[in-house]
Amino acid sequence: MASSNYYFVIVGHADQVVYEVELGGSTGQTVSASDNRHLNQFIAHAALDLVDEAMWRNTTTYLKQVDKFNEWTVSAYVTAGGLRFLFLYEHLPRTGEDGLKNFLTEVYETYVKLLLNPFYVPDKPIRSGAFDKKVQTIARKCIL
Amino acid sequence: MADFGKHVGVRILDLFFLRNGKDKREVRLTPMLVFIQKTFWKFLFNREADHLEQHAQEAKIYYIIERECLVNKFISVPKDKGTLNCASFVAGIVEGILCTSGFTCKVHALQGPRGTTYVIDFAQSVMDRESRLDAK
Repeated sequence: MASSNYYFVIVGHADQVVYEVELGGSTGQTVSASDNRHLNQFIAHAALDLVDEAMWRNTTTYLKQVDKFNEWTVSAYVTAGGLRFLFLYEHLPRTGEDGLKNFLTEVYETYVKLLLNPFYVPDKPIRSGAFDKKVQTIARKCIL
Repeated sequence: MADFGKHVGVRILDLFFLRNGKDKREVRLTPMLVFIQKTFWKFLFNREADHLEQHAQEAKIYYIIERECLVNKFISVPKDKGTLNCASFVAGIVEGILCTSGFTCKVHALQGPRGTTYVIDFAQSVMDRESRLDAK
């Protein structure tokens, strides 16, 4: 039983994780939770290559589905600044593709507001609690 | 000076996309430079940059030329600081924009007879990627 339904990660220019979060889902055992977390990271990294290929061919920012791994689908959003947002899901969220696109756009907005902070160095991991809360709120609004 | 500009440049690109609701990124070199010269310059200075040229022998060097740079308008450089050029701030902005969208480069500002010239020197990896995308 999967302990979370969606996994969202922001990957920086050097392929490092800038921010990651697990959203939604019912409670599960702690063992399967950590298993799933490793699997999610693995799937996300594998999908990065495909995103890189796609981002140099496509000028659109939202790349719908770049990869499928067993039952997990990976969707990507590439920002103007070359940052990659990856979203893993088993089933489409109840609000569908549009909800997902809205979620990614709003997280992008929140990210830009964070970026404008002169104390934040781009590509460094995001540790702000406020950013975290914001992402959770957006998730609740758009996809959960 | 250029470092300040770079600091601004990496942020301003995303901000611009957000504010103008654009969702088409530029992936090729020439459209990107044209975008910087026209749209971006207008966004920053309410005017387009005057010329965009490529170096005759070296394909990886481009020039953006402006007759009158806003930043330099009211600055007079004393004799002992002869090499100071405030247009390096703008050069830093351009470098920030290009580097953060995946076109690694170095940008220098020079003062010439035709006005302020920004020399953009792209990394070899960018040129390789361009030729790979051209071939496909």
